[in-house]
Amino acid sequence: MKDVQRRIREEARRLLSEGLVDVVIGFEKGTLPLHSTPVFIRDAADVDRLVWDSFCGNNLATYLPKMGDQRVAVVAKGCDSRAIVALIVEKQIAREKLTIIGVPCQRMIDPHKVVKAVEGEILEAEERDEEIVVRGEGFEKILRREDYLSRACETCAHRNPVLYDVLVGDEVEEDASSRYADVESFEAKPPDERWAYFERQVSRCIRCYACREACPMCYCEECFVDHTRPRWIWPGVHPSDIQIWHIVRAYHQTGRCVECGACERACPMEIPLLYLTKKLCQEVWELYGFEAGMSLEELPPLATFSPEDEEGFIR
Amino acid sequence: MNEKPSDWEPRVLAFMCNWCLYTKADQADIAKAQELSDVQVVKVPCSGRINPLFILKALEEGHDGVLVVGCHPGDCHYKEGNYLGRRKFATLKSFLEYLGIEEERVRFAWVSPAERGKFSGLVRELIADVKKLGPARKLTRSPAQKVKGER
Repeated sequence: MKDVQRRIREEARRLLSEGLVDVVIGFEKGTLPLHSTPVFIRDAADVDRLVWDSFCGNNLATYLPKMGDQRVAVVAKGCDSRAIVALIVEKQIAREKLTIIGVPCQRMIDPHKVVKAVEGEILEAEERDEEIVVRGEGFEKILRREDYLSRACETCAHRNPVLYDVLVGDEVEEDASSRYADVESFEAKPPDERWAYFERQVSRCIRCYACREACPMCYCEECFVDHTRPRWIWPGVHPSDIQIWHIVRAYHQTGRCVECGACERACPMEIPLLYLTKKLCQEVWELYGFEAGMSLEELPPLATFSPEDEEGFIR
Repeated sequence: MNEKPSDWEPRVLAFMCNWCLYTKADQADIAKAQELSDVQVVKVPCSGRINPLFILKALEEGHDGVLVVGCHPGDCHYKEGNYLGRRKFATLKSFLEYLGIEEERVRFAWVSPAERGKFSGLVRELIADVKKLGPARKLTRSPAQKVKGER
């Protein structure tokens, strides 16, 4: 991983010093342990701030539609690259203004899981190969990296970048075997139990919209939730308003979600959100053979149709 | 099974494409359906215009069943509106089921002016099935919870 970090820095230095890009978007060491935070590097002298570790969970494609006319280089894992492809297909960003530094992903850590694994506040975290060492006042604990992966990463089927200009690091072997396992086991429960789960989980929502802000595909200038005429959803935390918000936020990702888990990662209330969009991903895959962000040519499934589409459910 | 108040009659909402049922005879069929129970009909220019949000709002505002009616494939006044709608309906339908909302409450149909009586038949069927289920309890906003200023 240190090698990947070195090569990201080299690439960023080259791009900035040769004037090929205006800004490099990557990760730097965060102010809190277990978090690397997005950083915008504009000067070649600053490239050593860039880091690469298992705390680089954010999807950096989220920033791209906001970058205007700037020439941008971005560090992209598998999911970031899929979001980039999807944003290009939806004409939100221009390929020619973008330099993609592709990184095959080792899969990211879920900080919440680590925090729950220890008693006391974690003040320092360090990564050593397949181990995470966490330290706090009077304790040190060594955790197996594998056991603390973020939920999106556990079932990830596309760890290698699908589109890049330069690839740093060696490609990893993909595994799609458990891709929709969580969706299938949820589906096996009785309907009332499924609804009760949804109701209970989203009841914690504080309507901060962090899920929307973190999502690379939620780029609408005006979200349906902010409309006042008509007012689709009332402000506040009334149960049905929250439920509609979560159903529609997820539904708007139909055929667009790249399964990065940014929504879930951003949620301060730790509401599971991925199980919603994952279902829609599975649905468009089974019905229309489509995966978001995998091809620059294919239109999103709800923007097109085939006369032969399934309609057994229509009376 | 939900508890049924003794005076409960299902409330049903139908979203209907403006072009599938426009003759005098069709109007009579819609009127016939409206005699069955509390049936509201919302006309839209095309089934492709139906935003899944409309369906969710219908459930939230206390409708026990929702029927979405469009023209048969190939009959769309705008050529492809119903084809685009079909993909939205398919994905929304399975998503609502996945969430745990009873699948019988939201249904979709193609209707053409040649199919006389189909619309009222569909509404009759929906009402009968919803009666078995009882009043909608999921996603509904009870009157007591209405926000100040809301109609």
